[in-house]
Amino acid sequence: MEYPVYRIIQTETLAPTITRLTVEAPLVARKRKAGNFVIVRATPTGERIPLTIVDSDPEKGTIVLIVQAIGKTTHIITGLGAGDHFVDVVGPLGEPTPVSDFGTVVCIGGGVGTAVIYPIAKALKVAGNRVISIVGARTRDLVILEEEMAAVSDELVVTTDDGSHGQKGFVTDALQKIISEQGKPDAVYAIGPLPMMRAVSEVTRNPGIRTWVSLNPIMMDGTGMCGACRVTVGDELKFACVDGPEFDAHRVNFDELIARNRTYGGLEKEALEAWKKSTETSDCKHV
Amino acid sequence: MSSNGHNKDKSGAKVEKRRKVIDIPPRERMKIPRHLPFEQDPRERVSNFCEVSEGFDIEKALEEAKRCLECNDPVCLKACPVNVDIPAFIQLLYEGDYAGAIRKIRESNYLPAICGRVCPQENLCENSCIVGKKLEPLAIGKMERFLADFEARNGTFTPPPVAASKGQKVAVVGSGPGGLTVAAELAQMGYEVTIFEALHEAGGVLKYGIPEFRLPKQIVDEEVDRVRALGVTIETNVIIGRTLTIDELLGEMGYGAVYIGTGAGSPRFLNVPGENLSGVYSASELLTRVNLMKAYKFPEFDTPLKLGKKVVVLGGGDVAMDAARTSRRIGPDKTLLLYRRSREEMPARLEEVHHAEEEGIEFHFLTSPVAIHGDDNGWVRAIECQKMRLGEPDEKGRRRPVPIEGSNFTIETDTVVVAIGQSPNPIIQQTTPGLETTTWGTIVVDDDGATSRPGIFAGGDISRGGATVIQAVADGKRASRSIDAYLSKLREEKGASSVAAGSQSAGKRTAAG
Repeated sequence: MEYPVYRIIQTETLAPTITRLTVEAPLVARKRKAGNFVIVRATPTGERIPLTIVDSDPEKGTIVLIVQAIGKTTHIITGLGAGDHFVDVVGPLGEPTPVSDFGTVVCIGGGVGTAVIYPIAKALKVAGNRVISIVGARTRDLVILEEEMAAVSDELVVTTDDGSHGQKGFVTDALQKIISEQGKPDAVYAIGPLPMMRAVSEVTRNPGIRTWVSLNPIMMDGTGMCGACRVTVGDELKFACVDGPEFDAHRVNFDELIARNRTYGGLEKEALEAWKKSTETSDCKHV
Repeated sequence: MSSNGHNKDKSGAKVEKRRKVIDIPPRERMKIPRHLPFEQDPRERVSNFCEVSEGFDIEKALEEAKRCLECNDPVCLKACPVNVDIPAFIQLLYEGDYAGAIRKIRESNYLPAICGRVCPQENLCENSCIVGKKLEPLAIGKMERFLADFEARNGTFTPPPVAASKGQKVAVVGSGPGGLTVAAELAQMGYEVTIFEALHEAGGVLKYGIPEFRLPKQIVDEEVDRVRALGVTIETNVIIGRTLTIDELLGEMGYGAVYIGTGAGSPRFLNVPGENLSGVYSASELLTRVNLMKAYKFPEFDTPLKLGKKVVVLGGGDVAMDAARTSRRIGPDKTLLLYRRSREEMPARLEEVHHAEEEGIEFHFLTSPVAIHGDDNGWVRAIECQKMRLGEPDEKGRRRPVPIEGSNFTIETDTVVVAIGQSPNPIIQQTTPGLETTTWGTIVVDDDGATSRPGIFAGGDISRGGATVIQAVADGKRASRSIDAYLSKLREEKGASSVAAGSQSAGKRTAAG
C-alpha cells in the first residue's frame, strides 16, 4: 500500500481570490462521499483547517478542493501551484450528505459556499431529483462554478448583490421568487456564509420546507477530540466534525455559532498581517 | 562482585536468591535521605514551557541508588503494573552499568523516558518501597528517568534483538503509550507492525495532552523513534473508521490482528447554560492547541489561542492541573481552579497539585458551576457557582458533593476551561460491526484484552474509560501476549491446512500478505 505525499497535480484560478486545487490523496479519494471534508496543513508550522471535498477521482487517487484566500493559511494555499504539496491531508471526515429522491430540491450556494454545494447538487441530481440551483455572490468576479452548477441543475439562477451579473439581490430573494412562482420545493440545501444560511432558514421555516445547512465552525482535529466545533442543534450539543457538518437548519442556533466563529478574529488578522509583511521582505531579498 | 546474576529462571518461577551488590550496611543506607530532583524555580517557570523537573544528575542518581535495601522479595516490582525489575536496575545503576540498567527496564517497559516522567510512582512502586515505611521511599521514577536521559544524551541506544520474521502483519490503531507498547513488543517477537495515527504526529496523548513542561515533545519523538528502530511503520493522517475500516485492515489489507488503543478522546461538557459562549474551552482543545499545535509560539506557529485576563478551570484531575498550569504560562493575571469536592478527593497526582500551587494557581474547593454568563458579544463575562458540602460516599468510596441551597455566587471571568473528563471516541465502534461496547461507549475486553470479535484487541482508555499512561502500557503488554498467542495459533492451523491442501493456502497467504 502506498501512502501519498499530498502532491498538488493542478491548480486553477476561479476568481481573483479563489483557487481550485487537485490534490493526490488516494485513500481519501477512495472513500469520499458528497458532504465529506478533509483537514489540511500547508506548512510544518501551519494550523489544521477543514476544507470540503468538491470532487474526487478514486481511479486517479485525487481530490478537488476550492479555497478562498481569507486568512494566512488560505493565502498560502491559494499561492500553491502544481508540484507543490500539502504537509498533511486527512479524511474523509464528517457524515456524508443525506441524499435521496425528494422530488424538487433547491440548492443554494453563497460565495465560496458554491464549491461545497456543487457536489451535493450533483449527487441530488444523480439520485433523481429536479434540482433548482441558486448561486450568489457579492459581485460578478466572485461567481464561481457557474457552468458546473448549470450542468447538474434543471434550472440555475445567479444573483449578485450589486447586479453586475444575473439577478440583482440576495439568494433569499431568488428563493422567495421560486417559492411564489413554482410552489414549495421538497427540500432546500443552503451553503454559504452564516448570515446567508440563517436568512435562508428563516425563509423556509414558516412554509415548513425541510432545509439543510453545512456549518463551518472553528475546527482543529476534525475527529471529535477537541470540541471546538460544538454547535447547539435543537437542545442538543453536537460536534460539527463528527455529527455534521450538515444539520437541520431550523434547529441550528446561528447566533451562538456566529459569535463563536468570531473568537480568533483579531489574532487571525494579526497572523495575516505578519505573514504579508514577511513575504514582502523576502521578495525584496530575492530581487 | 559478579554481575552475571541470572537469578531469575525463565519460567518466572519463584526467584531463588537475588544478588546483592550494594557495599554499604543497610543501617548506613537508611541514613541517606531521599534526593530531590533539580527543579525550575516557580517564579521563573510560570513564564516558560521548559520542563519543570530537571531530574537527577549522575551524582544524585548514584547516591539515590545506594538507598535500596535489595529486598529478597521486593514488593516494588509487584506494585509496578508492568513489573519492571526495579532492584535489578538500581543495582546495575549502582555498579555504573548504565546501559545494562536501561536495558533491564526496557525488558519490561519500552517507554522509560516517558514513564520516568509521568507515572504516578507515589501510588505504585514508591508507595510499596520498604524504605518508605520508615523514611521517604526511593526516588525510583527519577532514577528511571536519569537512565533514559543519560542514554539519550550519550546516543548509546541500541535496539534490542528482533526475532526472525513470522510473516504476519499486525495493525495498531493509535500511537499513544498503549499502541507504541504493543508495536514494540510484537515487533521484537518478529511481527510486521504498522501503527495508524489520526493526527499528523505520532504520540497520541503524550503529544496533544501532556504539556511540554511535564513531558518535552522531543522526549516523545525520541521514544517513538526507538519504536521505529524495531522496524515498526507509523502512518500518520489515517483515521481508522474513516480513511480505512477495521474490516479492511483484517480483510483485503491482510493484517492478522488489530489492536485498538485510541484513548478517550471526546471531551465531556457540563450541560449548563452558557457553555458555548466564546471563551469557553474544553481542556482537550486548550491543551491540543498549545501542545500539538504550539499555540504558545503564535505567530511563529499559526494556531492561535485566546485567553482572557482571568482563567477559571473546572475539574480536579491531572488534565485540570495541566490545563490550569498551561493557562498560567500563557499569561492571564489570575488562574483559578474550581473543584466540586474537597482537596482530599481530588484525583490529580500530588506532585501536580503541589506544582500548580507553587505556580500560583488558586484552588476553590466544594464549588460547582451552575451557569456561565456572557456579554453582548457572546463572550464569557462571569461564572455562576454553587457551594457544595460532602455527603455519603459513592460506589467508588469518594464522598458525593451535595449542593447547598441558596449558596449561589458569581466569579467574574473571561475564560472558562472545562476539564471534567473525556468519553471514548465513537468512530471505530460505529464502523466496526459486532464490536461489543458498554453503555458508556467503551470497548468490552476480556482478561486477555480480546474484544468480542476474533483478531481484534483493545486496551487503555478506549476500554477503561480513563486511566494512566502506565495502565495503557500494561494493557498493551497484556494484549501483545494475547495477539502473539492468537497469531501463533493461526500459523499452526495454516501450517496444518497447507500440509493437507498442498500449496493452495500458502499461495493465499502470500497474496494477502
